[in-house]
Amino acid sequence: MRQCEDWGTDSITEAPFWVYTDPDVFDREMARIFCGRSWSYVGLEAELPDRGDYLVTRIGNRSVIVTRDQDGEIRGFLNRCAHRGVKLCRHARGNSRMFVCPYHQWSYDARGRLKGVPFIKGVKQLGGMPEDFRREDYDLPELAIARRGGVIFASFAPDMPALEDYLGDTNTAYFDRVFDGRGLRVLGYSRQLIPGNWKLMFENIKDPYHASLLHVFLVTFGLFRADQKSQVRMDESGGHALLISQRGEQKASEDTKDMRNLRVDFTLEDARLLDPVKEFPDDATVVMQTVWPNLIVQQQSNTLALRQIQPRHPGAFELHWTFFGFDDDDEAMTTRRLRQANLMSAAGLVSADDSEVIKLAQDGIAEGDGRSLMLMGGRGTGDETHMVTEVALRAFYKHYRAVMEL
Amino acid sequence: MNVDRWRLEDLYADYARLLDDGPLEAWPGLFVEQCLYLAIPRDNFDAGLPLATLRCESRGMLADRVKAVQETIMFEPRYLRHHITQIRPTERDDGGLDVTAHYTVVEVLHDELPRILSVGRYLDVVVEDDDGALRFAEKRVVYDSVLVPNTIVYPL
Ligand SMILES: [Fe+2]
Repeated sequence: MRQCEDWGTDSITEAPFWVYTDPDVFDREMARIFCGRSWSYVGLEAELPDRGDYLVTRIGNRSVIVTRDQDGEIRGFLNRCAHRGVKLCRHARGNSRMFVCPYHQWSYDARGRLKGVPFIKGVKQLGGMPEDFRREDYDLPELAIARRGGVIFASFAPDMPALEDYLGDTNTAYFDRVFDGRGLRVLGYSRQLIPGNWKLMFENIKDPYHASLLHVFLVTFGLFRADQKSQVRMDESGGHALLISQRGEQKASEDTKDMRNLRVDFTLEDARLLDPVKEFPDDATVVMQTVWPNLIVQQQSNTLALRQIQPRHPGAFELHWTFFGFDDDDEAMTTRRLRQANLMSAAGLVSADDSEVIKLAQDGIAEGDGRSLMLMGGRGTGDETHMVTEVALRAFYKHYRAVMEL
Repeated sequence: MNVDRWRLEDLYADYARLLDDGPLEAWPGLFVEQCLYLAIPRDNFDAGLPLATLRCESRGMLADRVKAVQETIMFEPRYLRHHITQIRPTERDDGGLDVTAHYTVVEVLHDELPRILSVGRYLDVVVEDDDGALRFAEKRVVYDSVLVPNTIVYPL
């Protein structure tokens, strides 16, 4: 693997292209970041209403099972048989008390504890496992679980800090702003395999600078624009960030003169597509939160989604979207959320710009020799009250380099 | 409604032609004014979850999507080719037709080999409009290829 010296010790204003392409860096990310001391988003309690309900998801590139056990507790463990490495569970979701490997039918309980090995004593005194085989040595790695506001996080590290300490005060407060204790209603999923390094997705959502330039829809309809009141806020580590802003008007001004994509004359034939209503107590109309290492919480107008980043290899990741509303939404609100999902999904009028630009970024990065520059707004990593900054990317790399020791 | 299979075939041929060869702005004209167009991942559809990745509730919203494709979305240039087969109409009590069909959309990016962007089925309602033309009153595109290869830009 390349060394820190190739990067420039402590540099957070640029990232060499090899951090987006090197397989050794990727393996180290899986070990240190995703399987290390982090809380990864894995699902919603609303997806596991009954005892025995399970879902299969990923932490990094590791397949994991998350389930509600017979006592109603949420449990999680690695979805990989201890015998020959076979994927235990091949359904995306379902209900089961035990998880049985299809190959030799080794069976595991809801905590990944090995409960059954067929022919363990052999047949007619022939075969079987050796005398010294101890079943309990082959339990699957169990995940630590944290829950907040109906959202489930998991960790391969057994001794993680509480989720609110992990997030820090500010990020916890904004997380609670959406997940305020009301019951969540899953509206559906959207999945994309984006041909770019997973970090590009985080960088994209931590980057308010691009939003005022790339996204015609955001700029034109004032959904997220540099001339509006906004903030970029991080936690102490730099791993998490918040982009917070307020909706403005479809109007040009002195501040918008660099925004070639502001189209004052652009109109919708059916205005119902964009008919946002205020639903949170504060003045923010958009909050994009990135939670290290795999979650984006999206509140753009009335479209709410959790976007989970699942790295597949250095050059691709899955973006797994879970759209939701609340149990107390009326029909009009549900319809509004479903309509606004036109902006954000695998076919989103806004997010399409991002998945396309990430592909183009990876195409350039894959050419090899170069580095990505993150100098907009200075060299610091502290909170800002404007959008013309790449500060959250620098904060991300500050944390990244510390965790990776790279 | 008397099912004229050739007229129905023509509707689907026009649908593919307008999306793949254009003019794209004529594509909403294949739908009635108060139409419903949804592109739904199959797992959502099977689970009864309402989320669609494209959702247009009128011809105007279809036109807005077309305008976005033509003027606002930033994407790598691409060619698409729709292949629509097994078109099967069933008469409805209200005089319209329920129509099911299979589809495949092949996508060609400028610098890459052709690939399947989307595969699935259409669950449609086709009616004879006031001017006598056959049009879609509803189109549900239920796509099996739930893991989308990057981005859906054009309608499916
Ligand atoms: Fe963006």
